[in-house]
Amino acid sequence: MSGLTLEESPTTDGEEISNYTINFGPQHPAAHGVLRMVMELDGEIIERVDPHVGLLHRGTEKLIEYKTYLQALPYFDRLDYCSPLAQEYSYVLAIEKLLNVEVPERAQYLRVLFAELTRICNHMLNIGAHVMDVGAMTPNLWVFELREDCLNFFERASGARMHSAYFRPGGVHQDVPLKLLTDIGDWVDTRLPELFGDAMSLVIDNRIFKQRNVDIALVSKEDAIAWGFSGPMIRAAGVPWDLRKSQPYDVYDRMDFEIPVGTNSDCYDRFMVRVEEVYQSARIIKQCLAEMPEGPIATDDRKIAPPKRAEMKQSMEALIHHFKLYTEGFHVPAGEVYVATESPKGEFGVYLVSDGSNKPYRCKIRPTAFSHLQAMDFMTKGHMLPDATAILGAIDVVFGECDR
Amino acid sequence: MTVVHSAPRIASNEGVRDALTKVLGAHVLGSSENHGEIIITVQRDSIEDVLRTLRDEHAYQQLVEIAGVDFPGRTERFEVVYMLLSLTKNHRVMVKVSTDEDTPVPTVTTLWPVAGWLEREVFDMFGVTFDGNTDLRRILTDYGFEGHPFRKDFPLTGYTELRYSEEEKRVVYEPVELAQDFRTFDFTSPWEGADYVLPGDEKADMPDVDKPKTTESEKQTGAGAKTDDKAAEGTKADPPAMMTKGDGK
Repeated sequence: MSGLTLEESPTTDGEEISNYTINFGPQHPAAHGVLRMVMELDGEIIERVDPHVGLLHRGTEKLIEYKTYLQALPYFDRLDYCSPLAQEYSYVLAIEKLLNVEVPERAQYLRVLFAELTRICNHMLNIGAHVMDVGAMTPNLWVFELREDCLNFFERASGARMHSAYFRPGGVHQDVPLKLLTDIGDWVDTRLPELFGDAMSLVIDNRIFKQRNVDIALVSKEDAIAWGFSGPMIRAAGVPWDLRKSQPYDVYDRMDFEIPVGTNSDCYDRFMVRVEEVYQSARIIKQCLAEMPEGPIATDDRKIAPPKRAEMKQSMEALIHHFKLYTEGFHVPAGEVYVATESPKGEFGVYLVSDGSNKPYRCKIRPTAFSHLQAMDFMTKGHMLPDATAILGAIDVVFGECDR
Repeated sequence: MTVVHSAPRIASNEGVRDALTKVLGAHVLGSSENHGEIIITVQRDSIEDVLRTLRDEHAYQQLVEIAGVDFPGRTERFEVVYMLLSLTKNHRVMVKVSTDEDTPVPTVTTLWPVAGWLEREVFDMFGVTFDGNTDLRRILTDYGFEGHPFRKDFPLTGYTELRYSEEEKRVVYEPVELAQDFRTFDFTSPWEGADYVLPGDEKADMPDVDKPKTTESEKQTGAGAKTDDKAAEGTKADPPAMMTKGDGK
């Protein structure tokens, strides 16, 4: 924006209008939640942005300290409510790392499968919201159909559309019926590419969409690293960094998929990285469905995972295990770990400190949006006011997770 | 211990801890490697140098997170944990410093701009101050909030609650009023270190009353040459110093 020179500010009664400050949010349709941004404007050019976060702070980390490890799990669904299972993932892996427990293969495949469905589900919301923020209505309605399909799959697996609490330390909560897997397979083969392809054909070469996104909020590689970017934000800056690839967990190392990277590091690249990730997730889902073995879906260590309901009715020992797990919960060896997974929005980390009891001593959640939002100021500087919504849409911020 | 869990697999830790502690030398107070995590505890004042060395010479390019932890039993009760990530070596380390309520930690905003908000969060939640951070405002809590909520001595319910008042047509702040007492259930097995006394066990840890108290040696009575000397000095007629107010002698 350095080549841009501004006309003299209009004057009234000989008095020059200087910079003025406006509040963007906390109730603003393009703020993606409760974000308040204090913007200093010169005409329509943004000079400085001070994002005020924390309006959705619920003290999740403090609440977790008062719950057993299993009771704390559903809080993670409620952080980033657009991609619930991706948050659970980091938490259960952190517990499993402290416990050093082996997870059966079928459970690992199921977790990868549902994590990728979550990624599609999340990107549907973000892609739809992003195009709507810059003026297009139809694609949003179309991709929301796909999101609805994903939520139906979650409901059929766990009983809940959004707050699934499906991933558990040691595996997953329940096995899935075969019909669900075949339905997911059909959906990935037919409905997803058709509908998503249609929706994207309206957007990606659209002149207006490009005018609003290309060359907006350029971030260099160095800046992206220094500002702690992750996920599609750092990939759009041209750094091929994906935790699924570089630090694989569960069976991601057996999956064959590509990491899309951007070339120009603008809002359009961030959008396109997400579009391509949807297709890559579909690839992973297909591989999971093809390779998924039969077998148990949770560890058979009865001190960690509860016995089957039927077994509980027959065996005294199983009943005792069930009772102890749902009252006292399991004890986790003392120690501290930091486990981060590739959530749809970036690196979602959990720093878990255990004192050997049945409750976490401290559970620090590393949100993805925190570092991205902090960079709002330097990304928006010199852009027009309406560009702020495009930049915000391309960050993919959800305040449940940012504010915790 | 063989690793059987399926948490993220990073590059090998082998030799990294020794190499890093050697390079950081006198700054290091201790280091550990448990559960596959390398943690290096360093001196508070040298945190900036340590992180600069790690970033510039050991390719830990990203500061991922700064976490605060409160251990009220320690003299320096707060731990500030810096999580570093190397994109090129595909490796993570944690660097720790400890501090108390009054001692500031040097800022690392000079190294990573992302540290600004991360330090603000630790300040907001724990009250740890960061020397050199020019924008140390509260970040997650309400405007005008008092106290540091993630300290272990801060109650879970907090001190104030707010509601919309129909009469005043605005949001009002009031002290927290609980309809029922705050309940915490301790389900820990009594055989595994529950910290309450089981009914009927109240007398288990009482002092031994079977043995009568005796003075078996001169020492226990307080008698001896020293006491004799003291007695020989006699007592003064004046009342003891603490009973006369003012002149002190």
